[in-house]
Amino acid sequence: MSILSLRGITKSFAGNAILKGVSLEAEEGEFIALVGPSGCGKSTLLRIVAGLEHADGGEIVIGGREVSRLAAADRNVAMVFQSYALYPHLTAGQNIAVPLAMRRLSGVQRFPFVGNFLPGQRQIRADIQRQVREMASSLKIDHLLDRKPGQMSGGQRQRVALARAMVRSPSAFLMDEPLSNLDANLRVHARGEIVELHRRAGVPTLYVTHDQSEALSMADRVAVMIGGTLLQLASPKEIYDDPAHIEVARFLGQPRINVIETRMEPSGTVRFGAITLAAENPASGEVPVMLGVRPEFVRLSGTPDGMLKARVERTEFLGSEVIVHARLDAIGETIVARISPAEAAPLTAGIPVSVEIEPDRAMLFAASGERLRAQTVAFAAPLEKAHG
Amino acid sequence: MTANLSFGRILRFTLLSLGALIFLAPYIFMISTAGKAQSEIFSSSLSLIPEQWSYVENFTKALSRVSMPTLLMNGVIVCAMIFVVQIVVAIPCAYAMAKLKFRAARLMMVLVMLGLLVPIHATALPLYVAFDRLAVLNSYTALVAPFSISVFAIFLFLQFFRAIPDDLIHAARLDGMSETGIVARVVVPNAWPAITAFAIFSVVAHWNDLFWPLVVVTNQHYATPPLGLLYFRAAEAGDDYGALMAATLIITFPLVAAFLVAQKRFVEGITMTGLKG
Repeated sequence: MSILSLRGITKSFAGNAILKGVSLEAEEGEFIALVGPSGCGKSTLLRIVAGLEHADGGEIVIGGREVSRLAAADRNVAMVFQSYALYPHLTAGQNIAVPLAMRRLSGVQRFPFVGNFLPGQRQIRADIQRQVREMASSLKIDHLLDRKPGQMSGGQRQRVALARAMVRSPSAFLMDEPLSNLDANLRVHARGEIVELHRRAGVPTLYVTHDQSEALSMADRVAVMIGGTLLQLASPKEIYDDPAHIEVARFLGQPRINVIETRMEPSGTVRFGAITLAAENPASGEVPVMLGVRPEFVRLSGTPDGMLKARVERTEFLGSEVIVHARLDAIGETIVARISPAEAAPLTAGIPVSVEIEPDRAMLFAASGERLRAQTVAFAAPLEKAHG
Repeated sequence: MTANLSFGRILRFTLLSLGALIFLAPYIFMISTAGKAQSEIFSSSLSLIPEQWSYVENFTKALSRVSMPTLLMNGVIVCAMIFVVQIVVAIPCAYAMAKLKFRAARLMMVLVMLGLLVPIHATALPLYVAFDRLAVLNSYTALVAPFSISVFAIFLFLQFFRAIPDDLIHAARLDGMSETGIVARVVVPNAWPAITAFAIFSVVAHWNDLFWPLVVVTNQHYATPPLGLLYFRAAEAGDDYGALMAATLIITFPLVAAFLVAQKRFVEGITMTGLKG
């Protein structure tokens, strides 16, 4: 049974459609990362799930309850914000206690001074304090409880924000780029922690990020949103290896996938260098298509005897790998290869190389961006060098 | 330190001190006059230090001829009521205009701007007539009511609340707070600098206001300090300037003292809200 499901969510601001019917199902305890370029509507979607914005159409079901008409407070979802949104005038401990106090104490009991004399509230307050301390010790922030947000570092604030979100045991977690204000080292460390917290809570998590490496490394499934449409929702491996749309392929992967515009012959075949791809459902007549190859499947050899000749434009040394940009002689486009430093050693700017593409790794996309299923039917180049 | 006393520094200090002296001169002269006897005030010589110290006589006159405690009490009551009502009205209003989306928001903004342009003097007459018909002249209501909605306060808080991050408000909503709860628990505790800054403007303006009390109050029992001073001059003191200055000193003292005590916080509030100058 899916615990969190969105069905056909639409939203527009001042006539601009921001979300064009987004549907998504999250299983119990599933971690879904929503990625996309800025302005694709991912944060809006998250705010709609939280109840901070209202959708124009569609349904939101959390834990079997249709909540799209409920106020944010009644949905029992917790959200972690990019800016952490801790109350600046309260200490960390008080910040974590707020959601509990708002739920357990009545309006009169919370009232200053008067509330302190009402029966029962002392017991509840003690309970809340105990829970705050438990939460704090599980996140190792016990020593920060008396500090105000202004006296804490970014990483500490982020933990307090996580504690405030988790302490009320919500039925879903929403995270809006919670790591993007941290420095790079801390960010990688915090990824693991968030995944661990998510496992412990066992509730579905929607995690919005524009950082593809966060999405791929943390999530059970990755949802790529572009221009208000959810283009693909799949496991990190599947979405990377088998993208359903050229935009998905372009968005994931660093450096970006090589896209070469070419044509499909009426027979349904596309030839590029030494490889020939055959589409499963060929279109009638010659149509323009795009051929995508990830940089790690492009091989460069220093002997310019292959079928695709190119000239090295520049190389970027990244330590464990080298990114080589080479311009193809035939079509004048640049192709990017990601190769090991040993392979790249003889390659310097200006030298001619021949380009080879690993068979079965080229993907075909229609001009509209949709993926065209295709098989590599032939390749006629010596690849031993690249493999060896 | 002595090494730093360069010529430029001395010049700067001299100029600043001179400026301060010019601004303080009336007050200094007031302090001086409050200590002079009647004969000395009207003599042809002008000295800052009284020849004959008459502070005790003048202050006794000021305190005995007019009911000083009533005046000060009225001032405190009126200023406090005005300030509290203004805050209670303006903060929720500014919050709604800054953070909530509703159709009339633009219209309200226009009304606030218009309100800033209309001075109390323009509406004094209709208000007077209305208060007369309602039979509330000579009461605290008449002194407080026209100032209960301060467009200046709304404008000031609006600017300040716009700077509060939306995420903070969103977090509060998710934590289960109502809109009133957000104002009371999140917005107000973080708006102290703006509230302090506004407190200065409001309290100073209404403590020193003579115009409106003069319009609606004829009964000495409801007189605010400046109005009391006016009665004192007209009815009792005549040309007894020594006593008059003593009374003025007593009346201005609370504000000066309050400012000196809370100076640091006030300056902080004003600089933090960008209301300099």
